[in-house]
Amino acid sequence: MIREHVDILIIGAGPAGLAAAIAAREDGIDSILVLEREAMPGGILRQCIHNGFGLHRFKEELTGPEYAQRDIDRALELKIPIECSTTVLSVSKDRVVTCISREKGLRLIEAGAVILAMGCRERPRGALCTPGTRCAGIYSAGTAQRFVNLEGFMPGQRVVILGSGDIGLIMARRMTLQGAKVLACVEIMPFSSGLNRNIVQCLQDYDIPLYLSHTVTDIQGRERLESVTVSKVDERRRPIPGTEMVFECDTLLLSVGLIPENELSEGAGVVISPATSGAVVTDSFETSVPGIFACGNVLHVHDLVDHVSNESFRAGHAAASYVRSEKKPGLMLKVEDGAGVRGVVPQLIRLAPQEPVTLMFRPSGVFRNASAVISCGDKELMRRKAMIFTPGEMAAYSLKPELFAGLDGSLPLTVRIEKGDE
Amino acid sequence: MTNVTDILIIGGGVIGCALARELSRFSASVLLVDRAWDVAEGASKANSGIVHAGYDAVPGSLKAKYNVEGAQLYPSLCEELSVPYRQCGALVVGFSEEDRDTLEDLLSRGEANGVPGLRIIGRDEMLALEPQLNPDACFALLVPTSGIVSPYELTFALADDAALNGVSFRFGVDVHSVSRESDGRFLVSTSQGDLFCRILVNCAGSSSAALHNQLSSVKYSITHRRGQYYLLDRPAALPFERTIFQCPSRMGKGVLVSPTVHGNVLLGPSAEDIDDPLNTETTQEGLDSVMEKVRLTWPGVSLRTNITNFSGVRAHEDSGDFVIGAVEGCPGAYEALGIESPGLSSAPAIARALCAQISEEQALTPSPETVPYRKPAVPFREMTPEEQEKALRENPLYGNVICRCEVVTEAEIVQAIHRPVPALHIDAVKRRTRAGMGRCQGGFCSPRVASIISRETGIPLLEITKNGGSSYLLTGTLSERAERKDRT
Repeated sequence: MIREHVDILIIGAGPAGLAAAIAAREDGIDSILVLEREAMPGGILRQCIHNGFGLHRFKEELTGPEYAQRDIDRALELKIPIECSTTVLSVSKDRVVTCISREKGLRLIEAGAVILAMGCRERPRGALCTPGTRCAGIYSAGTAQRFVNLEGFMPGQRVVILGSGDIGLIMARRMTLQGAKVLACVEIMPFSSGLNRNIVQCLQDYDIPLYLSHTVTDIQGRERLESVTVSKVDERRRPIPGTEMVFECDTLLLSVGLIPENELSEGAGVVISPATSGAVVTDSFETSVPGIFACGNVLHVHDLVDHVSNESFRAGHAAASYVRSEKKPGLMLKVEDGAGVRGVVPQLIRLAPQEPVTLMFRPSGVFRNASAVISCGDKELMRRKAMIFTPGEMAAYSLKPELFAGLDGSLPLTVRIEKGDE
Repeated sequence: MTNVTDILIIGGGVIGCALARELSRFSASVLLVDRAWDVAEGASKANSGIVHAGYDAVPGSLKAKYNVEGAQLYPSLCEELSVPYRQCGALVVGFSEEDRDTLEDLLSRGEANGVPGLRIIGRDEMLALEPQLNPDACFALLVPTSGIVSPYELTFALADDAALNGVSFRFGVDVHSVSRESDGRFLVSTSQGDLFCRILVNCAGSSSAALHNQLSSVKYSITHRRGQYYLLDRPAALPFERTIFQCPSRMGKGVLVSPTVHGNVLLGPSAEDIDDPLNTETTQEGLDSVMEKVRLTWPGVSLRTNITNFSGVRAHEDSGDFVIGAVEGCPGAYEALGIESPGLSSAPAIARALCAQISEEQALTPSPETVPYRKPAVPFREMTPEEQEKALRENPLYGNVICRCEVVTEAEIVQAIHRPVPALHIDAVKRRTRAGMGRCQGGFCSPRVASIISRETGIPLLEITKNGGSSYLLTGTLSERAERKDRT
């Protein structure tokens, strides 16, 4: 069997993988290989033809393919090899990657460092245990988006959307623009998990009703979907009898959450955080397995691609340092989720970091006029007030190295949201 | 396409397909028809997948006879047809003195039926064997010969073998009525026109009583009993090595927790009598009733990894036993009626017995030559690295992974589409290859599978369905924006 060697191997050529590869190359790493399962680089951005990408990073509004192209162009300019139509079957603890492709068959590649950038997948209907029939016409929003935007087909004409994640909201508008009737967007929580701008631009602008604290409680149709029943839920998310509404529709799109795609990571023995469903990482984005790094949506599901890119640049730099043996592992400070906070990344910070450390997390609910507080024992490192915290928007705070002075790792760092006046 | 056949089998479940395979060894033309658009579309695809050891059936009943005989045929049959099967054993757990009596009953029934190795064990041994079991359980019947099988993959293999040996399959055929022509042949009027046959075999599952009652003055009645299930994602370590049953009741063998041959965990079934045998929807009440009972067996159960729910409808004949053999008062007609649990376990034995009876009574002559079964290739994910390398050299389509959850390659999907009984829709490919069976439930692969089916068969993408009929995936192209007409 062919056995090759590269310094840094990156799995996935979406925005995370591309940014990591660019950063590593800019740090002078010659031997880099990016493996991509699809026929073209760009990842999920290829099918996100709406605009709104890049406001933070490029200060302009790009479409998904435009955003991806900037990184693809840069990667080509840097002569970073990207092998497409190549699927990774496994990653071992000692960083041997097994992959296959039609052209090159089965290969084993030893890597000095591996960067996991596989992205995430959509939760299916089964995850919700929604009763009813198992007819055609039930799609995850991303599958429908692929049919419409990449293949040019309409998956349906009368649509109900379950879940108010961003892809669902975007598809509400997309299906409407293509002549379908979107009857409702139904969200079990009392708030949307999508970006506010998408609620406005994709639902309100098209008079699509958003039913908060509602869910789909029945699905009917023997062959193709015929109707769904929507019920209001109580504060414990249980359907309230007597509140049923029946929508006649041929399509149900599910936008009920994304799960980082960590099968390869788990196969390598990487420890996964139950809060993020992604790897537990240090502030260098190194996982529990030395030399294996993770960034982008495989690490934790982001709200904006700009944040994915920024995080992945840092991961690429860190992997470059690793293969040059510049950074030695040392004692770590633990980071814990406090009240109102779910899934802080990174979960570990080296004592006395030399560079600023960014902490990212999702608020666990909606908090108005509240403050994000980062503390260690009695010492408060940071307090930032905000008009609103919502689960749909990731919070990120950069901490300067001097803030960590005097912390010895005996106590964890805690990130919490302190409620203010409602 | 001829409408005349020597033997017509109505129903393409595991019984119909096993019988078709047996009859394909004779020089008679055999046509199998089914209402659905594939084989194994009824109870055969939606059941617990258990090859029961045979301790539950009343000694002397047909259920007992065929279950025990059938279970003995399973290891070699599945080996021959490359169907996933594993003798994982089972425990029937008891919580009270009343349950203890039931278990003693099962033990003596099992012994009377000739089931080997049965014994009742105490709590310590039980928890040592299955540490995740509820420690409140007091004792259990240990059933070492209980097995698990993939029921639909068994049915596909039986059908393929039959097709290779000349049996024809026709789908989407709804049988309206059966009558006798003046020349003694049967005239079967269907949604696809009239069919004529000399020998008729009723393997119609939930419809078998209705069909029977057209042929005979002896009447049967079938109760449609629906069972709902949860299927959990493949865990890193199985919670239970064995199938765990609770004590059986009048409504069936109760709710089980079982590993599947593919390493998933199956929870179910509920038991509820319904009017419409085609109503395979799941309901909140049904699913809740399953979970309530599962928690009794497995207090640590979590639905966080649930990937799908489904239900199947079993055909319960009101006398409680199978009805197998010649249809009374109707020469040339045969049947396997009221096939509920342990129907899957019994299928190979029922098919053999029916075939022996039909071939003898109808003086069928053995076919001069039979084609040996063409085993499908080993799934890519199960190959060793050396086998994978070889497969890739011989067929580069193995290099294209279509289903990432279950690692199914394009080569396997193409093979499924071209099997003797071809997979022509998404679900047919899914059940034959596992593409779409994993944790994303086809979100990633179904558009790709649809394109491959279209490319391989020439069926336009707009006409590709989830499982035949008008279960179409797409309603039009972007340019036309036109509402598509239902294709019914």
